Amino acid sequence: MPTSQKTIRRNTRTLAQLPPGQRGIVRRVTGGGSIHRRILDMGISKGTLIEAVCEAPLGDPIKIKVRGYALSLRKAEAALIELDETE
Amino acid sequence: MRTRFGRRKRNSNTKPTRQHPSPIEDGPGAPASDEAPPVPAAHPGVPAVVHVALAGNPNAGKTSIFNNLTGGRQRVANYPGVTVETKEGLRRHGGVTYRIVDLPGAYSLTANSPEELIAREYILRERPDVVVQVVDASNLERGLYMTIQFLELGVRLVLALNMIDEARARGLRIDTALLGERLGAEVVETVGNRGIGTDALLAAIERARTRPPRPPEGRYPAELAALAAEVRRQVEALGAAKYPAHWAAIKFLEGDREVRQWLAAAADGRATQFESATRRADQLARRTGESIEAQLAEARYGAVAGIYHEAVRRDLSPRRRMEISERIDAIVLNRYAGFPIFLLIMFALFQFTFTLGEPLMNGIEAAFGWLAGAIAAHLAPGPLRSLLLDGIIGGVGGVLVFVPNIVLLFVAIGLLEKSGYMARAAFIMDRIMHRIGLHGRSFIPMITGFGCSVPAIMATRTLEHERDRLATMMVVPLMSCSARLPIYTLLIPAFFPLRWRGFMFFLIYAIGVVLAIVMVKVLRVTVLAGESTPFVMELPPYRWPTARSVVADGWEKSVLYLRKAGTIVLAISILLWTATSYPVPTRHAVDASRLTASLSPAELARARAAEDIAYSLAGRTGRAMAVVFQPLGFDWKVCTALIGALGAKEVFVAQLGIVNSVGEDAPSVSDLHGVLAHDYTPLQGFCIMLFCLVAAPCMATVAATRRESNGWKWALLQFGGLTALAYVVTLAVFQLGMWWGIGV
Repeated sequence: MPTSQKTIRRNTRTLAQLPPGQRGIVRRVTGGGSIHRRILDMGISKGTLIEAVCEAPLGDPIKIKVRGYALSLRKAEAALIELDETE
Repeated sequence: MRTRFGRRKRNSNTKPTRQHPSPIEDGPGAPASDEAPPVPAAHPGVPAVVHVALAGNPNAGKTSIFNNLTGGRQRVANYPGVTVETKEGLRRHGGVTYRIVDLPGAYSLTANSPEELIAREYILRERPDVVVQVVDASNLERGLYMTIQFLELGVRLVLALNMIDEARARGLRIDTALLGERLGAEVVETVGNRGIGTDALLAAIERARTRPPRPPEGRYPAELAALAAEVRRQVEALGAAKYPAHWAAIKFLEGDREVRQWLAAAADGRATQFESATRRADQLARRTGESIEAQLAEARYGAVAGIYHEAVRRDLSPRRRMEISERIDAIVLNRYAGFPIFLLIMFALFQFTFTLGEPLMNGIEAAFGWLAGAIAAHLAPGPLRSLLLDGIIGGVGGVLVFVPNIVLLFVAIGLLEKSGYMARAAFIMDRIMHRIGLHGRSFIPMITGFGCSVPAIMATRTLEHERDRLATMMVVPLMSCSARLPIYTLLIPAFFPLRWRGFMFFLIYAIGVVLAIVMVKVLRVTVLAGESTPFVMELPPYRWPTARSVVADGWEKSVLYLRKAGTIVLAISILLWTATSYPVPTRHAVDASRLTASLSPAELARARAAEDIAYSLAGRTGRAMAVVFQPLGFDWKVCTALIGALGAKEVFVAQLGIVNSVGEDAPSVSDLHGVLAHDYTPLQGFCIMLFCLVAAPCMATVAATRRESNGWKWALLQFGGLTALAYVVTLAVFQLGMWWGIGV
């Protein structure tokens, strides 16, 4: 189903692209190895609601809110987290 | 250390379901802990010692719970084979002795970092009777993720909902009975920093001890559960019992390195069974488009979410603390204000340390001056008086003077850490640190390096990845530590006018930082080449640090430094005094020369003293070194003092004092200023400081690096590399300075 695949891709954005103040729901965490594992351990898995809060003064890393606490991660890592839009 | 931990080893097939599961007592004559009082005969079913492991996330308040449990009586130990320091203490309660071991803070048991691996291995290998997991009650959902992992391990668990007061203030209502029921664990509420809930915690430990652990079940999707069951049967068939079979099966599917290696070794040729399981797991991952690891994590979070929403109600009242933290962050992490605020806080840290320390330093200096005067007044001149005045008071006194600075610095760092700002500092600095080739978290050990390299190198443990850790460790000595401060405070006033002194201090610190950056770059393209590592870090809510914890922490670290000053420096001072005093020449050339008549008695004494030291062992070594160091502008006296700096940087000052004043009655810093200003040019003075900044770190640092990097390789590379760097840099500065005629 190439069409639906395409649609999904167009709608997919990553946490790195989420503007401050907006929310998204984790569709999946890509990548592998210890980065992947660390992201999972910190409470980011499929279906988790994430809110982007702000960028660091120098533009990277970013601060997010997840499961009621504040977490920071670099944009490179945030790009591994694919989001669905929230209604 | 090994024996103490190793002693608890026992068979893993201890039946946990008995009425009095006291496996420690099972072994005939199993020794109690050294400090344990004898077991009262009135409690025949009570084990000698109940072994309790304390685990939990960083920032969950584990330390205060540990202190409440042990009443501050504790001893620091090392885990066998590794170097993470841990604390353990004893508690007598209701006729039972509890041995409480503090595990390193960790977010999960997936073995991402040494801390996690240690916590996990400790539980698997030592099999504590009860594990107490301390969670931040306001952050329960993520804490429960680790809880599930503990339950997978099949431990008897007590969940301590710490800082429950804050959670209540945020409007969280936790049904602890229901939570305990759903988890199959004991749940208690505590407020660690106010000492609330300790008795309840002990009672819960007692209940948990006699309660069979309930393995978690039905939490995985059917297909995964079936796969896990299959692997579990195969693990059980192996008959090896290092890890619980259920847990090993899950970890095998997750691709856990340790467990896979162990199973491969245990299977020894029969690995085909695992191959089929691996294949099926891969197929499952491909079909679902998600790694097994992610699926298992989701399953755990699913279980957590279910339990959490059942047991926790959130009132609609404002989430006060989080909101305050958010508001502080809005300012502190602000795009424009964030960086200036950060610099301001760092500036305040150094002001606090050095300005507040000044009067205290003067007091200590005065006390030693008085002591020296008293000794001089009551002892006749001779070797003993010389040893006491020049060797011991000069050496140890010169180190003790810096204790106020060190206490204040550690208090300041403790304040930053405990208030929650340290994580923000790492957040703000990561862009820069990352560009340098380090991690935002490297900033913490680096700044600690300004206090002392030894705790700084220990603090590199907060870095998750070995390459980051090693890179940070290698350059930490370039952060000018407080032991080098005596060198600067001696040399800068001796050579530079008042208005230049502040700048010279800044310059020497800045050179250290710049060289550190350059060296990281060099390391990153040579011995530590590779891709950079992730930065996923909690920003804990801001909290008021309790005075008790900050002061206790500052004190603890200062005692470490003092112990070093009291032992190493005293020993080295005596050794060096001996080396500078012996052998004694039988006669002096100055007496035979015609100059004698034209010299005053003081000048004559000084000329003799100079001959004495030149004749001594230290003088001879210094002379030999001076051949190599002459292009740097160093004479044999400086070289002799550098020998002392090898033991500990601050000894350089004491040594330079001895070299310049042996045989004189009142060695003091201001006298030494005069001597130095007379003997050397400002350029030479600067070069001496530069060399002391960069060159071979002190013995304690080398030892710390050896321990933390787990081998001599890095310690020797650090030692040799920095010394070579110091030589090259100082040579360049001295020669260029001479060429341009600056400060000559």
